[in-house]
Amino acid sequence: MLAPVFFFCLFAGTAVLGALLVITLRNTMHCALALIVTLLAVAGLFVAAGAEFLAGAQVMLYVGGIMVLFLFVIMLVNLEREQQVPQTAPQWVLGLLAVLTLGGLLGVMLLRGTGRWPAAVTAIPAAVTGPGGNSERFSMELFQHNLLAFELVGLLLLIAMIGAVVLAKARGTRIEE
Amino acid sequence: MTIGTTQYVLVGALLAAIGCVGVLTRRNVLVILMSIELILNAVNINLVAFSRQWGQVHGQIFGLFIMADAAAEVAVGLALLIALFRNKATVHADEMDLLKW
Amino acid sequence: MPFLDTLWLVPLFPACGAFLIGMLGRRFSRRGVTTLCVGMPLAAFLWALGAVRELQHLPGRQFEQVLFAWLPSLTAASHSMGADVGLLLDPLSAVLVLLVTGVGLLIHLYSVGYMAREGGYYRFFGCLNLFLFFMLTLVLANNLLLLFVGWEGVGMCSYLLIGFWFKKHTARTAAMKAFLLNRVGDAGFLLGVLLLLRVFGTVRFTAMTQALTRHAAPVGLITAATLLLFWGVTGKSAQFPLFVWLPDAMEGPTPVSALIHAATMVTAGIYLLCRTHLLFQAAPHTMAVVAAVGAGTSLFAAAVALVQTDIKRVLAFSTISQLGTMFLACGVGAFAAGLFHVVTHAFFKAVLFLGAGSVIHALDGEQDLSRMGGLARFLPITTGCMGVATLAIAGIPPLAGFVSKDQILSAAWQASPWLWAVSWITAGLTALYMFRLYLLTFHGPARWATRHPAQQPHEAPGSMTVPLLILAGLSLVGGGLGWPASLGGANRLAGWLAPVLARTPEAAGSMGLMAVAVLLAMAAAGLAWVVYIRHPQLPRRWAARWPRFNYWLHEGGELDAAYTAVFARGLGKGGGARLARFDDAVVDRTVDLSGAVTRLAAQLAAWWDVWVVDGLWINGLAKLSVLIARPLLLLQSGRLQTYALLMVFGLGTFLLFYLLR
Repeated sequence: MLAPVFFFCLFAGTAVLGALLVITLRNTMHCALALIVTLLAVAGLFVAAGAEFLAGAQVMLYVGGIMVLFLFVIMLVNLEREQQVPQTAPQWVLGLLAVLTLGGLLGVMLLRGTGRWPAAVTAIPAAVTGPGGNSERFSMELFQHNLLAFELVGLLLLIAMIGAVVLAKARGTRIEE
Repeated sequence: MTIGTTQYVLVGALLAAIGCVGVLTRRNVLVILMSIELILNAVNINLVAFSRQWGQVHGQIFGLFIMADAAAEVAVGLALLIALFRNKATVHADEMDLLKW
Repeated sequence: MPFLDTLWLVPLFPACGAFLIGMLGRRFSRRGVTTLCVGMPLAAFLWALGAVRELQHLPGRQFEQVLFAWLPSLTAASHSMGADVGLLLDPLSAVLVLLVTGVGLLIHLYSVGYMAREGGYYRFFGCLNLFLFFMLTLVLANNLLLLFVGWEGVGMCSYLLIGFWFKKHTARTAAMKAFLLNRVGDAGFLLGVLLLLRVFGTVRFTAMTQALTRHAAPVGLITAATLLLFWGVTGKSAQFPLFVWLPDAMEGPTPVSALIHAATMVTAGIYLLCRTHLLFQAAPHTMAVVAAVGAGTSLFAAAVALVQTDIKRVLAFSTISQLGTMFLACGVGAFAAGLFHVVTHAFFKAVLFLGAGSVIHALDGEQDLSRMGGLARFLPITTGCMGVATLAIAGIPPLAGFVSKDQILSAAWQASPWLWAVSWITAGLTALYMFRLYLLTFHGPARWATRHPAQQPHEAPGSMTVPLLILAGLSLVGGGLGWPASLGGANRLAGWLAPVLARTPEAAGSMGLMAVAVLLAMAAAGLAWVVYIRHPQLPRRWAARWPRFNYWLHEGGELDAAYTAVFARGLGKGGGARLARFDDAVVDRTVDLSGAVTRLAAQLAAWWDVWVVDGLWINGLAKLSVLIARPLLLLQSGRLQTYALLMVFGLGTFLLFYLLR
């Protein structure tokens, strides 16, 4: 009975800690590494909630794909002087205040809404796992009822890819200050 | 103590708030983009939590779409960053104010 | 009826060409421009040919197609005013469409060679295609308003092409002159259209025809409207008193002179008269004016052409003269004869201009007749073609000009022997000045010198000679279209036009008239040979005897000088002195008095203005808005994160609202 609690606390704690490191570390490379930790921890949370397929996708897509892209760009544009200058935006106090207010409001909402759903779902429902496991259930749902959306997302990715190529392509002109 | 939806949503809220702080306070566009990833992950945690709550996979499917979306966003965002870096040699968000009145 | 149903493609082809050239002209290679801009008229010509073939089998030989309502606001509750974009193809417009696209095609082809070494190649062809589009719009329009659009459009293209060599001062001023004089005419045209709209409640040709045949029209208003229309026509078709722009228009490239200022655009006036001939026939006074202006202009311009020394100016005055002859035909009611002359004139005048262009081409831009001569040896094809065209315009049977001019003479005879006499003399003068041009250019001693002595003038490339040969062939046999019955023909053109324009009967004794005219033409040719080849000193001696008259003729009646004196120098300096005294005594006193009153009022107003209007209202408001704007300006930092921060604030507000609800 304690194992789920333990794992949840482990993953949740790691995720929050990693996220805090992402926004506080000075070196961009370290930030990216902290983000990888967080993303892996979130994948763990997914597993704990019974979303095994999504956890796999998270690891492959984020850690394998997006983070590689990040690291690549960091190496491309990283500057030495980047380490010396302040890393916080001029309005950081305002931003922190705004987010704290927002967080407070969210907390109030959370407290108010706690009674609306069963406080604890101890076991993962069979419907999520399903016969043949979560992946089969997930795929059936995805390809039977959400095929069009799936195709459209594919199209979106294609467009984003072409757009990224066009944007990043070297051009002769430079904007002078 | 048992783990319920509340705890998941709480973790999600924390990640989202941290992401917001990152977006608002850091100067480096790369870190801002990473913070946006944090926010998107917070959303996914919520979706998965409610999927577990109601015993349906719709939330997870939506999560997959959000991941694809995040991939697209990162690709375009980083391409923009490269283009910008080539032109202005900076990765600082507060130095990009060409649109100022 | 695939071609008729897509009749709109005919004007659209050159429009596409012009559009593509206008947008992407620089990017086309010369070959691309050539292909596109010669291909488009070719497509239009073939399409028009198909449409006319289908028209033959149509009952009534009339096809009207309304594409869309152009000015729906001009539609009254009960009926449409007909201001649509609509096309009308009937025998009359069919003749013109084929003429415009056919001759246009040949002249495009000729231009390929003529403009080969010029800059602005694509600009030239773009404008030429645009001209074809507007000309086809003019010809195919089913209402006066759309016709006016084409009318203005061809005027604009004419302006652009006259000023094609815009680095040349004379070309610029000539273009402006053409534009301004056309504007003077177009004002009358527009007034006429508006008056007709008032009278008939429609500008559609078919509706106006119906209204005219059903009940009698108010003669006074119709006379006024047709006079206004004719005023516009004198501008576009270069008739007295607005013809002075046409000789100067010769500053444009020669193919332009051939296409726009000889074969097509300037004949738009005749087309308009034919198109609205029922209106003109309902107004006998206007008809008299048309005949008189036509006869006068033709005689005068022929006399002027006799003393011009610039080869293109001779042809320009010749065009004015020939147009006058056509108007004479219209004025005496022989519209079909006038239109026939439009067709034959297009053939032989195009040959004359293109041949002149070929000569100018061969002599490196030389246009002065006194520095030509003896070119027949070097330019055999051009000489042959020009010879045919000269015979045709002089009225030597059986060439095209003889047939059409004979019909006009016959119609004039029926109307009044005086008109016949005038046009008979004009015909004689025409033969004289044309043979003068021909002989001075191609025969006699050579008076020219090439830039390099070793280099001889040589014939133009094939793309220039082939259109010349085709058009010369048409001048040779074009008369067959309207071969008169008295010579054993059937006058097929008049038969084809019969649904629109009534046939004019041939005069009794037309054989006699013909013989007299031909004899005169031959005599004139002989005289030209004697005067300009055998005794070339004779013309100079005559000119020396009447220097004032010679100068007057050479300057085209000194109309330019008159216009300059009257309009440009402020309505005369002679009357100025008297006017000045009146000005001092009466006008100035009144002005001074009213000035004083105004000053007083102005000072009061100024005080009000400075302190109340400006101070309180305008500047006050401005300061207020600046005051409000300052803090808002801070929000608009142009920085990404400021906006993100505002978004978070917005989200917080939203949540707060949700929680407190």
